[in-house]
Amino acid sequence: MKPNNFNYVRAESLDHVLSCLAEHGENARILAGGQSLIAMMNFRLVEPTYLIDISSLDELKEIRSNGNIIEISAAVTQARVMSAPEIIEHLPLLAGALPNVGHFQTRAKGTFCGSIAHSDPSSEQPLCFAILGGEAVLKSKRGERVVPASEFQTGLMATARADDELLTSVRLPKQNPSSGYAFEEITRRQGDFAIVAIAAIAEGENIRFGVGGVAGKPEVRNWDNLADNDIDEALNALAWELGDNDDIHASAKYRRQLVRRVGRRVIEEARKCRN
Amino acid sequence: MNESSTPQKYLGQPIERIEDATLLRGAAAYTDDIPVPVGTLHAAILRSPHAHADIVSIDVSAAEKRPGVHAVLTGQDIKELTEPFLIVLRVPLDQWSLAVDRVRFVGESVAVVIAEDRYQAEDALDHIEIEYNPIDAVIKTMDAAEEGSPLVHEAAGSNIVSRRDFSYGEPEKAFAEADRIIENTIDYPRNSQTPLEGFVVVANYLPGEESYDILSNFQGPFTVHPVMSKALKCKGSQLRMRSPAYSGGGFGVKQAIFPYVVLMCVASRKTGRPIKWVEDRLEHLTAAIAAPNRVIEAKAAVMNDGKIIGLHFEQWDDYGAYLRPPMPGPLYRQHGIMTGAYDVPNMTIVNNLVMTNKTPSGMVRGFGGPQIYYGLERLIHTIAVELGMDPLEVIKKNLIPADAFPYRAAAGALIGAGDYQKALEISERDGKLAELKKHRDEMRAQGKLYGIGYAAVVEPAQSNMGYLSTINTVEERKKAGPKGGNVAIATVNIDPLGTVSVTADSIPQGQGHATILAQIVADEMGLTPQDIIVNMERDTQRDPWSIATGNYSSRFSSSTVVSAQMAAKRVRAKLADIAAQTLNVPAEEVEFAGGQVFAKGNPENTLRFSRVAGTTHWSPGELPTDMAPGITETATWSAPELEPPNDQDQINTSLTYGFVFDICGLEVDKVTGEVRIDKYVTMHDSGNILNPLLADGQVYGAFGWGLGIALSEEFVYSEDGSFLSGTFADYLCPIAPEVPEPQILHMNTPEPFTPLGAKGIGEGNVMSTPVCVANAVSDAIGIRDLQLPLSPSKIMSLIDDDEPARPESVAAVEPKKSGRGLTGSGSAEVPVPPQQVWDTLLDPIKLAAVIPGCRELNQIAENSYTADVAIGVGAVRGRFQAQVQLSDLDPPNSIVLSGGMTGPLGSSSGAGHVTLTATAGGTRVDYTYNADITGKVAAVGGRMLDGTARVLVDQFFKRLIAQIEGKSDVSASSSDSWWSRLLKFLGAG
Repeated sequence: MKPNNFNYVRAESLDHVLSCLAEHGENARILAGGQSLIAMMNFRLVEPTYLIDISSLDELKEIRSNGNIIEISAAVTQARVMSAPEIIEHLPLLAGALPNVGHFQTRAKGTFCGSIAHSDPSSEQPLCFAILGGEAVLKSKRGERVVPASEFQTGLMATARADDELLTSVRLPKQNPSSGYAFEEITRRQGDFAIVAIAAIAEGENIRFGVGGVAGKPEVRNWDNLADNDIDEALNALAWELGDNDDIHASAKYRRQLVRRVGRRVIEEARKCRN
Repeated sequence: MNESSTPQKYLGQPIERIEDATLLRGAAAYTDDIPVPVGTLHAAILRSPHAHADIVSIDVSAAEKRPGVHAVLTGQDIKELTEPFLIVLRVPLDQWSLAVDRVRFVGESVAVVIAEDRYQAEDALDHIEIEYNPIDAVIKTMDAAEEGSPLVHEAAGSNIVSRRDFSYGEPEKAFAEADRIIENTIDYPRNSQTPLEGFVVVANYLPGEESYDILSNFQGPFTVHPVMSKALKCKGSQLRMRSPAYSGGGFGVKQAIFPYVVLMCVASRKTGRPIKWVEDRLEHLTAAIAAPNRVIEAKAAVMNDGKIIGLHFEQWDDYGAYLRPPMPGPLYRQHGIMTGAYDVPNMTIVNNLVMTNKTPSGMVRGFGGPQIYYGLERLIHTIAVELGMDPLEVIKKNLIPADAFPYRAAAGALIGAGDYQKALEISERDGKLAELKKHRDEMRAQGKLYGIGYAAVVEPAQSNMGYLSTINTVEERKKAGPKGGNVAIATVNIDPLGTVSVTADSIPQGQGHATILAQIVADEMGLTPQDIIVNMERDTQRDPWSIATGNYSSRFSSSTVVSAQMAAKRVRAKLADIAAQTLNVPAEEVEFAGGQVFAKGNPENTLRFSRVAGTTHWSPGELPTDMAPGITETATWSAPELEPPNDQDQINTSLTYGFVFDICGLEVDKVTGEVRIDKYVTMHDSGNILNPLLADGQVYGAFGWGLGIALSEEFVYSEDGSFLSGTFADYLCPIAPEVPEPQILHMNTPEPFTPLGAKGIGEGNVMSTPVCVANAVSDAIGIRDLQLPLSPSKIMSLIDDDEPARPESVAAVEPKKSGRGLTGSGSAEVPVPPQQVWDTLLDPIKLAAVIPGCRELNQIAENSYTADVAIGVGAVRGRFQAQVQLSDLDPPNSIVLSGGMTGPLGSSSGAGHVTLTATAGGTRVDYTYNADITGKVAAVGGRMLDGTARVLVDQFFKRLIAQIEGKSDVSASSSDSWWSRLLKFLGAG
């Protein structure tokens, strides 16, 4: 369980990172918190030639509140996001989901943007990114582009990021104070990857509903004017749409039942939290 | 010897551990921390991705040329230099330290690379070329027991390599006379208590002495020492085993290091250099060890009032691919006490020892106990349900009466002392059972699934070294000579300045043995535990040892402490004789306290302890006549009660038998199936308690693992033998949030068969907690047949209603098997006629473009190809050999593509059925596929494989369509390639 030989680059600036990526592209990997990447490297599932460490770049350690947007930079740890006053105030859904991400030791190293870039289908943060309708800011020597969450994650651990691009920050719209939010996940143990993770936003009678852990990426649905009587039907259709996914921890049927039952609970909780 | 009883100031007191100051500062040197000789090389092991396969060829030439590589060893080297490991049976189940000609489980060692460092050694592993010919594997125990199943060892002629029947009392009569015969079958899973520290071996061949010097974290028993020396074809004296003072956890598991000790000895001999090997987590979970999984068909002959008059157990104990000594210990370790805490004079036992293509079983905390009590206590619960009784009443009805001790159990256990009725009484009272029952009723009235479970367990300690000979017939045993007993050894020494040092033979694995030894010796010497230096390192060339040396069967508190106290008493007697001369009193009147030695009648006139002790060093001439100089005493002890098995196959398997009684109240969540432990009471009668803090620590640890067994821990295999739990993301040890604090109760009935009156306490909850939790779950959900571990998904499958139907608007997906067998289906529209699609599939050049990452495709026969598939995408690198066959050709309607890939990350094999249907716009391509994946990828990335396979297959068909449509840029879209995704998806963290 030792990684292959690689070149370690401690990035000196964002420009340095982008130059390295431009030069080495597909052979380079970004090290931010390393909580997934290092394990994969030790298993030799990933064998980069260049490892570009951005964890000491102060310019990538910002959480900015800008009008209706909160922007979280690439090297901001999950622990910082979880305790940032602007996140607690304006993004209660994210603040509520983060305690489910690993353990305090992993959150102290792991970064929010790293998790978005990694796009694990069972991770809580891509689900929050998707349901909140955020944007990914991608920079390269070629320039900058902004990709909406709905187009960023293209599949199971696959994203729209090109080899020479760095996910420099993620922008999340501040939550509407009159809306209600709820998040719940079922795991085998505290801090494990979700068997099913569910988030809901209630705005008026509309429900925006997201599920992680079942399909290859978080799935989000908008159900406008969802009557209480129609919740079960909507959830049942979604449960079947997400496809079967048996593994050693849970059967496909069990996951569908959680989508239906926990899903209902989460919708009800979100509606209760409306102001 | 002065046998007068010494006042015990420290023994029995909650003294904080003397080990902790070192441990908590991070100053303890674990085996991996200990400096190695200059010139030490490092080993990495190549392991089998197949559960069962012939090794057709191994080519190490490329690996040998890699930078830093000194040698690459294979099974042939091992076969030339060593003998197969000795086993307890006379059955040909040869095992070497590397696979010879055939692999029999995923993770079996196949080759070892020796290099300058571990990184280079692992680099070279990828360059060993092995051709395997996979053969059918047998994974499930009861499948293996069937006639005609694939044989794990063909030479043995059967997968049941030992079968013995035992009959005690008059079981036929009991079963004939019973009012009811009540049965329950259990299937106990594979698991292990996983230490933080894996195996570490440093082996150094010393050519001058033709001997091997080994530093390792082997924990004993040293019955395995002759197994290793015989394998190495050396004398016992030429195999020096050294153990460090500190261990990163043992739980029995560290016994299974011995094949690696032999392997590294051979590597050292071959290279002429010291060799170090450190096991990593993936290796440990995959290949180190597992407690045997076991099927038990249990039957009870029961009277209508709940009295059990006879028992019948047929057991199929699964030892995996090889029988490593001291296996099949778990099948016989509990043999004398198969009737548990119950007074049942009639019993039959049938023991089947089964081989399967899984990791070899070994020593794990509890050692057969969790299996037995899962069978027995689930049976008790079932009897209660069948008779409409409270399980507690059935337990009480059958407990061994308090006045029956010492009690000889049907199969031979001699239980010295106990009062089980009183233990239950205290548990009910102090555990507030009446309140708990009321709470259950209230919860149930609210519609909650609430249950209460019980478990009564006899906890054995200090094994009889002859127990395993019970597997042999009376005649075979007579031929071999009697085996019994269990030798304990300790040494007490005093240096010239009066410092007392102690060593003993227990190879501690974190339990705090040094503290207890310091307490015992301090009491004898009138000193404090801090005055005593305890060194628990062990060296077979410098320290006394016996085959019983080691850390297992909770032997410390009933045996090792006895020898330590004996040695301390001898030293004390000698000091008393010296002091008596100066104090001018008889030796019997000399007392030791507060670091002083004085006469009982004149405590003012004292001698310093160090002064008296120093006399033996500084002025031997002043010693009493006939007294030997120096002051060091080694005492050995073996209990006479540990007799060999008798001609009726009765065996007193253990020296002491403690008693554990547990009560569990829990709720099963109706929505999620999660189990919430509401209350847990555990009562222990472990005889005299040597240190209450350490005793409770053992209970907490065993309880935590017991919960893991009950709820989450399992080594999972797919049907084809692929191992699926290679990381702690899939092998789920409970962590702090999952383990509630149990209420621990004690009563202390002194054990008559050991001088300090102490029994074991470290294994009881491993036996009681899994079944107590299962009984409570059964009570909560009203279901008898439960399969551990009780995951929420499994519980919901037992209690959940039919789910709402799939709406017609949602397309159906094929039901598929669980595990790592992947299946899927799909379809795509192609704007060309079927014949054109057909031609693409049969054109090697076009097919090459369709297979993702295909570098070179060679046709080896009609419709049969090999491909060198090189993946170099993004950060991911991988190299695979692929075989592709086209079969069942029905032009241009349908075809089957089958084949496999092998590479460092594992192997896959599978088939895709493709049908082509003409449509108005061209062709509809429908496909279904199945694939089996094994090796590292399956072990560490299982969570992602299912979704990955879909992406990959989808990619294949996209390429197919693109190829047909004449688009050439598909292969360039490498970021979407099969294997790059596969690898990316395997996020471990």
